[in-house]
Amino acid sequence: MSVVDRQEWDVVVVGAGGAGLRAAIEARERGARTAVICKSLFGKAHTVMAEGGIAAAMANVNEHDNWQVHFRDTLRGGKFLNQWRMAELHAQEAPDRVWELETWGALFDRTKDGKISQRNFGGHEYPRLAHVGDRTGLELIRTLQQKIVSLQQEDHRETGDYESRLKVFQECTVTRVLKTVPDSGSAAGDRVSGVFAYERESGRFFVLEAPAVVIATGGIGKSFKVTSNSWEYTGDGHALALLAGAPLMNMEFVQFHPTGMVWPPSVKGILVTESVRGDGGVLRNSEGKRFMFDYVPDVFKEKYAQSEEEGDRWYDDQENNRRPPELLPRDEVARAINAEVKAGRGSPHGGVFLDVSTRMPAEVIKRRLPSMYHQFKELADVDITAQPMEVGPTCHYVMGGIAVDSDTEAARGVPGLFAAGEVAGGLHGSNRLGGNSLSDLLVFGRRAGWHAAEYAAGLSDGRPPVDDVQVDAAAAEALRPFSAEGPTPDDEGTRPPENPYTLHQELQQTMNDLVGIIRREGEMAQALEKLADLRVRARRAGVEGHRQFNPGWHLALDLRNMLLVSECVARAALERVESRGGHTREDHPTMDRTWRRINLLCALTDPTGGLAATDPVRGQISLTRETTDPIRPDLLALFEKDELVKYLAEEELYE
Amino acid sequence: MSSYKARFKVWRGDVQGGGLEDFEVEVNDGEVVLDIIHRLQATQAPDLAVRWNCKAGKCGSCSAEINGRPRLMCMTRMSVFTREETITVTPLRAFPVVRDLVTDVGFNYQKAREVPSFVPPAGVGPGEYRMMQEDVDRPQEFRKCIECFLCQDTCHVVRDHEENKRAFAGPRFLMRVAELDMHPLDAAAESGLDRKTTAQDEHGLGYCNITKCCTEVCPEGIKITDNALIPLKERAVDRKYDPLVWLGSKIRRRS
Amino acid sequence: MATGTEPPDTEPHTLRGGVHTGTRAAIDAPHLRTDRWWLAPAATAAGLLAFIVYSTWRAFADTDYYAAPYVSPFYSPCLAERCETMRAGPNWEIFGSWWAISPAIIILIFPLGFRLTCYYYRKAYYRGFWMSPPACAVAEPHGKYTGETRFPLILQNIHRYFFYAAILVAGVLTYDTVLAFRDEHYAWGHMGLGTLVFLVNIVLIWAYTISCHSCRHIVGGKLKHFSRHPVRYKAWQVVGKLNARHMELAWASLVSVALADFYVYLVASGVFDDPRFF
Repeated sequence: MSVVDRQEWDVVVVGAGGAGLRAAIEARERGARTAVICKSLFGKAHTVMAEGGIAAAMANVNEHDNWQVHFRDTLRGGKFLNQWRMAELHAQEAPDRVWELETWGALFDRTKDGKISQRNFGGHEYPRLAHVGDRTGLELIRTLQQKIVSLQQEDHRETGDYESRLKVFQECTVTRVLKTVPDSGSAAGDRVSGVFAYERESGRFFVLEAPAVVIATGGIGKSFKVTSNSWEYTGDGHALALLAGAPLMNMEFVQFHPTGMVWPPSVKGILVTESVRGDGGVLRNSEGKRFMFDYVPDVFKEKYAQSEEEGDRWYDDQENNRRPPELLPRDEVARAINAEVKAGRGSPHGGVFLDVSTRMPAEVIKRRLPSMYHQFKELADVDITAQPMEVGPTCHYVMGGIAVDSDTEAARGVPGLFAAGEVAGGLHGSNRLGGNSLSDLLVFGRRAGWHAAEYAAGLSDGRPPVDDVQVDAAAAEALRPFSAEGPTPDDEGTRPPENPYTLHQELQQTMNDLVGIIRREGEMAQALEKLADLRVRARRAGVEGHRQFNPGWHLALDLRNMLLVSECVARAALERVESRGGHTREDHPTMDRTWRRINLLCALTDPTGGLAATDPVRGQISLTRETTDPIRPDLLALFEKDELVKYLAEEELYE
Repeated sequence: MSSYKARFKVWRGDVQGGGLEDFEVEVNDGEVVLDIIHRLQATQAPDLAVRWNCKAGKCGSCSAEINGRPRLMCMTRMSVFTREETITVTPLRAFPVVRDLVTDVGFNYQKAREVPSFVPPAGVGPGEYRMMQEDVDRPQEFRKCIECFLCQDTCHVVRDHEENKRAFAGPRFLMRVAELDMHPLDAAAESGLDRKTTAQDEHGLGYCNITKCCTEVCPEGIKITDNALIPLKERAVDRKYDPLVWLGSKIRRRS
Repeated sequence: MATGTEPPDTEPHTLRGGVHTGTRAAIDAPHLRTDRWWLAPAATAAGLLAFIVYSTWRAFADTDYYAAPYVSPFYSPCLAERCETMRAGPNWEIFGSWWAISPAIIILIFPLGFRLTCYYYRKAYYRGFWMSPPACAVAEPHGKYTGETRFPLILQNIHRYFFYAAILVAGVLTYDTVLAFRDEHYAWGHMGLGTLVFLVNIVLIWAYTISCHSCRHIVGGKLKHFSRHPVRYKAWQVVGKLNARHMELAWASLVSVALADFYVYLVASGVFDDPRFF
């Protein structure tokens, strides 16, 4: 039996990005002793990479904006697959969440009359994104970080200890959510009781006992080869929830951001912010043609400019002109770029050209897009004020995620488990609009923290006990890579250990090639086979050295999560025989209205047996279909009937 | 695409000791030092400890010293070195080492806690904040900081004098004080906190001898010395070394 | 643990100061820079030293500082009884006959103090002479360091008062430059090579003085809300632009002031006659 350090907290938040920090702030302010665990240093979360802005209908720039318009845009962007109640709460609460940041010290760019400036973005009808140059994510994370420090200073004044009520465990990884022992249907059985984690620095294990756990770990991009995501995005939260018995929803919807860097190879995938297009940048192919005009889908025909002249006029006069098609939702633009490259009209390094140099004076570019200027100059030796950028699609965001209750963010089926941010599914439907992720983090991070604190405070029968058997199992699981070479009872153990880095590269290649932006049935079946093979080999992933800051070991442990999540994506993508948002099937190229009401839920096939016992061929994941609740009539009434018929099945329209 | 073999010396070890280890490793077109470190991990030293995150110069995790200069590994292109050059990579040398290229940067988090936070103005609710762009320009420059702590690492006040760590907040957090003092709506003064005085009395502004190494290493190009530290010193002079103010306070104390 | 994966105990390796502090990465070399990091401090030190030698000689020389209509900037204003007579020139006998050494000493205190406490020169001589630090990430050879927290370096904080004095001196030098539009018989409306030298010098002196960090603070930097003081905001922006070139201006004006003095010396000592344009 391993001796591990144990601490008691009320709420544990896994992840310290925008959602995690916002949840922690809320939980602490509602009186819960809150711990935050994050894999990186405090303040380094992937949220810092968000560039464009926070979508919130504050109507600072265009007075016609309001939450209803924002709600409408969000549903259109998500092709009506969104969990509509989430979209409603999101659009209603986003302005308050942004304003609140100002009271914590955030400094957004300003309008002439001193309000928060708002910028245009793909899919948003009005200028809606509160921003700070092109480093909005950094401002968000820093503001939340500094708010946490300020709460800690408050606690220090009262208790003499900065960390008495709110503590950040930085550079720690959670490998298991612990639950009470299931005891035949009693209320105390099968609830969250804490988390099992290790300190990356020392490799030491520890347990945080807590009745409520908020998962806010972000996305899954590191399962793909070309991605804008950082190493942390290994789907940990998705996997933790699955392993704890909570289902994931609509995992087939993965957003490929249309504009990632394509050269040099070492930075392939790094994001080029959508604000480049929002501020006037245009996409051209190798023939110099603004090709996006050829790719406006029927559902958007009336909303976008038909000519370059009209598109250009829109930047100055948005009332009387329609927006240029470069600002279509991301899935449309990504597919268009993909098609141009396939047709042989791509740029030298396999992308297309994104040009601001001919559209704005150099000093305006440097002022409005400073970090893009910087990024291209430093990483690609390209001066974007003089040359076009080369860009192509990059895996950016997963719309699917842990299935949660819209109001409380409670995960289904696991009392005490909550989820917010990218790791939670539902809000964005089949495709997320730019700017909606930062507002998502704030709105639902707060709600998750609030309800987690409430849940923890409301427990009448004391703290749920931690099950020692689970702690020992988790410790053994985490140590497995160190003994990968030794003989084990089964015959696999006699083969040499696998290099976790090689396995990871093969996984990324598989997902990129076979479950990427354009999907085909045969390829996805092939991907599932390859994943099964990788899963078997991953059990032999071995590492050298000891537990102190050992990246090989960390990766070996993360592989479990990436493999689980990748299987979810592949299985769900194979199942959904239509194209919608972030899911494009070459063999089913159109959107099918009957699929609009279908959610695909992933769950562990064998929740009791752990992963070792899982049949390698059959896989670990089972899918179920679920029909969604009809959209509330007053929300449906926000749309014109002509538009609804494109999305909704007949019977939904006349219900 | 051309590739070649580069010679690297990477510091490996922990707090008990260690040294520079030699490697020969493939380098391809357009790569940065972090790519090479990753290649070492994947092919030669799987347990080589390194901190990194975004790989785009936005998170400030992969700080190290390359050929003796504090830099972000993800923003140091291999093309700045000749093919013959041996490239030395060590952890930051102002902080305790944890393992290999990873150091304990806890000093910075401790200092962050010592700077009193933004004080919201009384009577101005959320949504009522009005600030002009020209007033937020200055603090916005400082908020570009990605907290890579290269300035804290290079600053000789603490790099060369461990004993000064107690009294000196370092460029990053003196800049934070300047940021808050220049925030158009910060109400610290109304709450009885004078950031100008405390910059010197509590955060060690006087230790800074404006030799500008913080500005030189800043990957965000923030003019830390000219725009934050010197203005802060001048603000401290307003409070502490202006004879009229000094005389005034003397007289007030007498009466 | 049997697997040997438990992290080792952490105990520091040695006990020395600075980058060799026990808990830091064990690297013997005080620095690992491979570039010519010593070049900049060496050049700075050499440049400053050259000026110090030259200006000390000229300041104490007490001769060859006036050649009508030019007065050396080292001796202007000339405030002792022993000063050479300069018609309508900047000599006022504030100090009587008891002042026995070069009158340059009286006035040079102010520009010297201004430059000595200047934020740029501080960097230059802390790095170049005191090696604190010699260059970034190069260990400094001092066991203790207290910076500008105590006497005498705490006096650097009086920079702004030297700035006020420097404005007055620059005013006098401007006056000298106007006087340089005369010929050697004090007739107005003439110009010689010396006039040009003086013009360049005074422009650089003003640019250096105005670009001072204290000036930037006084004209607007101290404000919390630029939006309420549009004129001072504008002034702050202008000074800010100059301030970005403070180092270049510091050197340029240092050279130009020495050259102006040297020019007067050459003319006054009869090495050559001032070429007249008209």
